[in-house]
Amino acid sequence: MLDETPHYMISVEVNERTYTEKVPAQMTLLQFLRERLYLTGAKEGCGVGECGVCTVLLDGRAVDACLVLAVEADQASVRTVEGEARDGELTPLQQAFIEHGAVQCGFCTSGILLSAQSLLESNPHPDRAEIIEAISGNLCRCTGYVQILEAIETVAQGREEQT
Amino acid sequence: MSPKKEYRYIGKETPRLDGVEKVTGSAQFVHDMILPGMLFGKTVKSPYASARIVSIDVSEAEKTPGVRAVLTGKELPYKVGIYMIDKNILADGVARYQGEPVVAVAAESELAAEEACAKVKIVWEELPAVLDPRQGLNPDASLVHPDLANYQYMKGVFLPQPGTNISHHQKIRKGDAKKALEHADLVWEAKFYNPPVQHVAMETHTCIAQALPGSQVKIWTSAQSPFTVRNLFSVCFGIPHQNIRVHIPYVGGGFGGKAGIHLEPLAYVLSRKAGGRPVKLTMTREEEFGTMPSRQGLHSQFTTGVTREGKIVSLIAQYVWDAGAYADYGVNVGRAASYSGAGPYEVPNCHIDSLVVYTNKVFGTAYRGFGHLEVLWGIERNMDIGARRLGLDPVEFRRRNVLRAGAKTITGETISEHTGRVDLCLEKVAEEIGWSGIQTEEERKRAMAGGKVRGKGVALLHKAPAMPVFTSSAALLKFNENGSVDLLTSITDYGQGTYTALAQCAAEELKMPIERIHVPWESDTAMTPHDWQTVASRGAFMGCKAVIAAARDALQQIKETAAQILRAPVEELICQDEKVFITHHPEECLSYQEVVMGYSYANGNSIGGPVIGRGRYIAQGLTHLDLETGQGLPALDWTYGAHGAEIEVDLETGEITVLNLATALDIGQALNAQSLRGQIIGGVVQGLGSALSEEFLFSPQGRLLNAGFVDYKIPTSKDLPRKMSQHMILTEQMDGPYGARGVAEHPMISVPGAIGNALCDALGIDFFELPLNAERIWLGIQQKRMVSDEQSG
Repeated sequence: MLDETPHYMISVEVNERTYTEKVPAQMTLLQFLRERLYLTGAKEGCGVGECGVCTVLLDGRAVDACLVLAVEADQASVRTVEGEARDGELTPLQQAFIEHGAVQCGFCTSGILLSAQSLLESNPHPDRAEIIEAISGNLCRCTGYVQILEAIETVAQGREEQT
Repeated sequence: MSPKKEYRYIGKETPRLDGVEKVTGSAQFVHDMILPGMLFGKTVKSPYASARIVSIDVSEAEKTPGVRAVLTGKELPYKVGIYMIDKNILADGVARYQGEPVVAVAAESELAAEEACAKVKIVWEELPAVLDPRQGLNPDASLVHPDLANYQYMKGVFLPQPGTNISHHQKIRKGDAKKALEHADLVWEAKFYNPPVQHVAMETHTCIAQALPGSQVKIWTSAQSPFTVRNLFSVCFGIPHQNIRVHIPYVGGGFGGKAGIHLEPLAYVLSRKAGGRPVKLTMTREEEFGTMPSRQGLHSQFTTGVTREGKIVSLIAQYVWDAGAYADYGVNVGRAASYSGAGPYEVPNCHIDSLVVYTNKVFGTAYRGFGHLEVLWGIERNMDIGARRLGLDPVEFRRRNVLRAGAKTITGETISEHTGRVDLCLEKVAEEIGWSGIQTEEERKRAMAGGKVRGKGVALLHKAPAMPVFTSSAALLKFNENGSVDLLTSITDYGQGTYTALAQCAAEELKMPIERIHVPWESDTAMTPHDWQTVASRGAFMGCKAVIAAARDALQQIKETAAQILRAPVEELICQDEKVFITHHPEECLSYQEVVMGYSYANGNSIGGPVIGRGRYIAQGLTHLDLETGQGLPALDWTYGAHGAEIEVDLETGEITVLNLATALDIGQALNAQSLRGQIIGGVVQGLGSALSEEFLFSPQGRLLNAGFVDYKIPTSKDLPRKMSQHMILTEQMDGPYGARGVAEHPMISVPGAIGNALCDALGIDFFELPLNAERIWLGIQQKRMVSDEQSG
């Protein structure tokens, strides 16, 4: 039965590199990233779009990669947490997460970072309510969210360089 | 009092050592690991709470392309367990809860394994199920474990009752509680309930195991305690410890759910049957809820006697735990919650029976707070009920009864001035929420006209680590060529910040910059020194004690080598800023780097050698509890605390908005101010989940109905209190590292109690069951309206 699964060629830009791969129809974008490209920063927390742990940016929009099929990402541009820091230089948001103690176990961190990044790119100075809304689809069991909100707020207010 | 010591690192906001790896996605969890030749495991689970396995046909499953191993319980003559060895690796003969694994498959892909599982044919015969632990206590109840008499268990600590469903009966007997009740001025009774809930670590349970030739085993697991996994694995299979190597890399949350041993034995037997290829077993979220352990439910009941002046004279408590199908940590939860089972109050006569009862539900285990959130929900609601009956302010009633220096706990321990100050925690939260007493019914009625009512409440808490008397930690400080240090520990940092605290400790003691201390984020039973477990808020306390000892050992080694080179006695040497020098001649110095790999004189003669600091710590002064009276010394350290809450209730919907949640804890000393704040906020919000929304729902047949995030709600960023504050009381723990106490679990413990008391203040209604969700509150409001309509009509 497995051999009969139809496969499709897709071409996806991930973190500014283009990958052309043959994938089975049922493969999710999350599986494609983790199992084909070994980009394991996006995690699976539920597999059904309820926890946000697998959040990546698809053409700039935060999506649950477990709910997107790899074939749907054909010709699209994907950003994962691995592509955020450039030449070892952390983004202001990554830096703020560390400085504010916004990370505990770290399993939800990449998803929340990308949800917040997507917000800041479309709305550079969100207020707290907008930040809360933007990450409300990302579950975190460790932090109680407060230090995450503070980290995002700091970047939103342009104070990321001050510590 | 002597002035507080100044530290360079202790108590500071040192950023987490694992921050960069975690924000860049490079931190590797077992979830992310793929080994060459790795197979994927899947299981077929029982659809029934209690059923006999009549037959299993795996022939079609075995023929599925890609399948390399299929296993049933018949092939696995092993039992596993931590305190009570009562669990099969796969159900054999009977299944004891819906969701229990019955058949396991290992295949080349998850899809192939799932396909094979779908082809397994099992014929079942449903059996009577025990779904309520109180029914499970009836003499005619069916037995979840008819073989209880034959199980191995930790003798001298636990008291299983063969022929019943009781896996442990913990007794506390102090004074004569029954007689004291007869002399009390006021006696009342109250009953409470906590449902089973789940830890919900974001990384579900996952492990990889490989059976290698010569009875060698390698395990990579998302677990809290590598040496406990190894030890229990060894006991289960009779494989010697040195043959078993357990690795723990980054772990995506634990909260107690990953203490002990879980999937490792099953992954191993699948690997063994598949010819030694590594097998990975990862729980889906649904399996995490329904197959992996939970926090057990509790039915609690209190009879309390007080004097007219508001002094408690007697407390009789019964705790009946809904432990589920296997004992796991449940028996120890029932034990530990008992010796804290009167709350942080002086109770001269106390009589507690804590019964851990097997039921046909997913089994319970350790969960942050270890029974204390459960018992303190009842205890703290009971205090408010008592205050009302006495006509006393609930804060004042607590003031008159809290444990103070000189008081004796219910196990006979004398509280000293160094134990901690629950009274100060109480005053702090009362002040923070602007406590001014319970509202009158007239005040409530006026507020209700507006559709929303507010209320305030406080609740106290205490907890000591629940651990065996011999619990120990060890640490190694291994110097590198450039004079930097690798800190080796087998404590697991699954988010708490322990490794950063240990590094701060090492930097403080070794007198060197923290940037030069490296903690590798992988424990490995063959490489890192023994540690009992990372549970019970004891990791930072005991781990830091071991690191301090290791640092002193390393400095002694450095000084011994330096003493020869500098031609000075060891006791005349001082270490500072990575240098060792003669006290009165600081110019006569050597850098650590010159000494830590050994020192060569000009002619080539060499002395010293690589420096490895060794440190260890074993809990001091604990005793076993008497099995009949519960008397003894169970506590390494008591951490006291209090929560104060102000809430608003929407009368139309029954929904609670938390306006203010203040938390005060007597932590002794902060190790890392930033991770301390994170632990407290995270714990409080987890406590809010227990208070307001989280519960397992079962069908009348015992099927779990809400095994997913849509129906099982944990707090999101939208569910935070409008205001939260954290307050530290600093009564130094005499033997704590720098005076510190454990604090990882405590922030969640009495959140439900504080909110329940605030809710009663708002509505004038006592709620006895958790969670305090909108439905329950709305029904309570309707009931009160009907009663008052009847009275007025």
